[in-house]
Amino acid sequence: MSTTVAPPPPKKVNRIGLEVIPYKGGKTTLCAGCGHNSISERIIECFYEMGIEPWKVAKFSGIGCSSKSPAYFLGMSHGFNSVHGRMPSVATGAILANRNVLGLGVTGDGDTASIGLGQFMHLLRRNLPMLYVIENNGVYGLTKGQFSATADLGSKLKTGIVNDLPPFDCCALALQWGATFVARSFSGDKRQLQAMLKAAIAHNGLSVLDVISPCTTFNDHEGSTKSYGYMKEHEEPLHELDFVPHYEDISVEIAEGEVMDVRMHDGSTLRIKKLGRDFNPTDKFAALSALNDAEKRGEVLTGVLYVDTAKPNLIEMLNMADEPLATLPESKTRPSRQALDELMEELR
Amino acid sequence: MSTLEVSPAEPRHYESSQRIINDFSIQVATVNGSGSQTANTVLMRAIFQMGIPVSGKNMFPSNIAGLPTWFTIRASKDGYIGRKKEIDFLVAMNPESAREDVMKLESGAAVIYDEPLKLDALRSDLHFYPVPFDKLVGPVCPEAKLRKLVRNMIYDGVVARLLSLDMEEIRTALVKQFGKRKAKAAELNWGAVKAGYDFTAKNLPKTDPFQVERMNSTAGKIIIDGNAAAALGCMFAGVTVVTWYPITPSSSLVESLMVYLRRYRIDPETGKATFAVIQAEDELASIGMVIGAGWAGARSMTSTAGPGISLMSEFVGLGYYAEVPGVIFDVQRVGPSTGLPTRTQQGDILATALLSHGDTRHPMFFPASPEECFTMAIQAFDLAEQFQTPVFVMTDLDLGMNNWMSDPFPYPTEPIRRGKVLTAEDLEKLGGFARYKDVDGDGVGYRTLPGTGHPAAAYFTRGSGHNDKAQYSERDDDYANNMDRLLRKFENMRSQVPAPLLDYTENARLGLICIGTSHHAVSESRDQLRHEHGLESSYMRIKAYPFGPELTQFIRRHDRVYVIDQNRDAQLLALMRLELETDDIARLRSVRYYGGLPLDARTITDEIVEQERI
Repeated sequence: MSTTVAPPPPKKVNRIGLEVIPYKGGKTTLCAGCGHNSISERIIECFYEMGIEPWKVAKFSGIGCSSKSPAYFLGMSHGFNSVHGRMPSVATGAILANRNVLGLGVTGDGDTASIGLGQFMHLLRRNLPMLYVIENNGVYGLTKGQFSATADLGSKLKTGIVNDLPPFDCCALALQWGATFVARSFSGDKRQLQAMLKAAIAHNGLSVLDVISPCTTFNDHEGSTKSYGYMKEHEEPLHELDFVPHYEDISVEIAEGEVMDVRMHDGSTLRIKKLGRDFNPTDKFAALSALNDAEKRGEVLTGVLYVDTAKPNLIEMLNMADEPLATLPESKTRPSRQALDELMEELR
Repeated sequence: MSTLEVSPAEPRHYESSQRIINDFSIQVATVNGSGSQTANTVLMRAIFQMGIPVSGKNMFPSNIAGLPTWFTIRASKDGYIGRKKEIDFLVAMNPESAREDVMKLESGAAVIYDEPLKLDALRSDLHFYPVPFDKLVGPVCPEAKLRKLVRNMIYDGVVARLLSLDMEEIRTALVKQFGKRKAKAAELNWGAVKAGYDFTAKNLPKTDPFQVERMNSTAGKIIIDGNAAAALGCMFAGVTVVTWYPITPSSSLVESLMVYLRRYRIDPETGKATFAVIQAEDELASIGMVIGAGWAGARSMTSTAGPGISLMSEFVGLGYYAEVPGVIFDVQRVGPSTGLPTRTQQGDILATALLSHGDTRHPMFFPASPEECFTMAIQAFDLAEQFQTPVFVMTDLDLGMNNWMSDPFPYPTEPIRRGKVLTAEDLEKLGGFARYKDVDGDGVGYRTLPGTGHPAAAYFTRGSGHNDKAQYSERDDDYANNMDRLLRKFENMRSQVPAPLLDYTENARLGLICIGTSHHAVSESRDQLRHEHGLESSYMRIKAYPFGPELTQFIRRHDRVYVIDQNRDAQLLALMRLELETDDIARLRSVRYYGGLPLDARTITDEIVEQERI
């Protein structure tokens, strides 16, 4: 929790007339300096600034430090801290039950890339409309610092043990298997993460945000590749991001040719400003190739790797009723007596 | 059978006065994948259409094609629809199993067989009817590649002639089976039936005593398998989210449900579905989706078998503790692992009652018939939402996958019960709520659904320790209080689940208790005990867990109470032991069968008689 930010002026409200307080949650119990707390703050800011009604949001998590964090933001949203690695299935069920709910999943690398790898992959295939934020620190914090499956080759634990297995790159998996918004950021990169989160909120499909989020207690030392120090030296932003919500005008302060505007489902715009290289985030193979090149160079590539605003999401593919299934009246869910009579007659 | 004991006795030739009418079993032995299912279903239906109580049981291997499979049709004027152990009429089409099938028969049984198998050389105490199937099929089915499928219809004609089955009923059943769109196929098969009939009329004089005669005991009844019946129950219960992972013997439950939902649950005004069906990646995910959907307010369900139940364990524990409704159908089969996946058992009772880690208890329904699959499906959804907990419907392969005669299902008379859910308007009046507070004293708190448009609607659901406001807590009193409330909730279910079926016999010293499909064998066994051994018995069929007060009352009215289990470890009895007093437990005795076939009356009768002699 930041202690230096001054409280907002008493009357400051967002576009739906809410102060920031309703977007906050309980006091964090994570370690001081934990990257996850910064991500929680970004979530609070983004949902507040975009004027999302908090009661329309449902938070989901699995098990681990990251999965505890939904208790620390959006206290006015329903939350479900489920079982290890299987939050995707809980979120799937909940969003099927109520398609109007905005799903926000927060998970970790231990939760997603080991026990949860199967459910993660199938979530990708289904393109379930929700945000899936991976707070990636390369270690299991809650069980005191064992390697996770995203730990980089050669990364060193505090105890001196060196990781000799290659990591899963959750962004590469997400790109390959069907997520329609894929991005990587760093918990310390406030501006980039804000723009990404807002774009993900505006996206009508599965958004996977892999956020490197250092564990100050177990993985922030010399030899770790997920430390603050390592990220400061090796983060390589693909581009600069600006998110312009649909209810604001797009300013035209940047020269032509230097920006690419991605129109999101709700009419918002994700403005991508070029940083030295040509990168088109609608080209899946270019994104995979960029990740591959960065890995060879020892860089941590951040930015929006891929956006596809056209692919239908799971709810659309199922041709579901517009109103939530959960609250359909009996007249719509129980067929008539005539229907039963007809069925019985056929079975005679 | 290892040796061939040729009996010297000749089978008797029966006069019309010695005929056995409407009381026999036919076993058709074929090769899996040879298309015999149609011929068998037609035969069963024809007997049903003649008004005779009938049951059909498929005993098939875990195999797509090539291994032996048996289909048993039982006609019973007395209405017994359990499996009959003795086979009276064998149709031996499978060279692999024919020899053993014949050697197992009781003296006096009849055998229709494929002539080249020369089975008549095996025994002299049976009635043999050789039929040259290959010779007969050629003229009626010019297309060679269809002959394998049409060939089996010939035995329907042979059986019809020998048992005096009305050929018009065979034809009616055939047309129904193929439907209007496959009229040509029906005609082709009808030709084969006639060929079998005509051949028999000309060449095979009847020597066995078995025969059908028209009755009036099936009027108005339907034929359906338990899985389809459960599927109908789910649809009429108003299910909205269905998740599944294919597993024998439960797959056809959701497969049937999908057909029904597409037909009756597409909103005619919008053309959109009022349901969602997801084939999950595994049972871990299917139960996760059920829990997520139930939490968000859907009527959610999944269907599985034992291995799936094992995988669902952790999530079910979370559902219990976080108090999330959901319905799980367990179509039980032999376990563990792949076990005998195509054979029946009631082997998941104990594990399911206490599924998951920590202190957990789950309500279970035990349907014994397709009609109960239908009605209990509806009750299960209501119970799950009323008590905010996972609820199990424990059927088995025998019920789920076999065709049963049934009364038509009653349209639900009660409205759907959604339980204690607070809306935004409720919250406006109340000002707020505490999710796990026992406001009404029944152990059940009020819940809100995600998406409820009120600032006070939200709460945080977790498997970890919480107080009654759903806040994280590691206090020992918070944890203990919560566990005590969960137990009160469970106790309150005793009066809310269906009461047992009770049939007291005055002065009977024996009591019999069972669940589910054991009912059919037990009912018949009671008659055998009475008629053959003079043993009177009372009967209780338990329909749900937690057990009601009737259990203790029933036990105390009898000297010895036999608990019939379709598993090795007497799981139903073990579950009773957990809550009965010592004196009551002392009266319990166990009858167990776990060979994987549907339970038969003779097995129970023999075992009880044996124990009564001690």
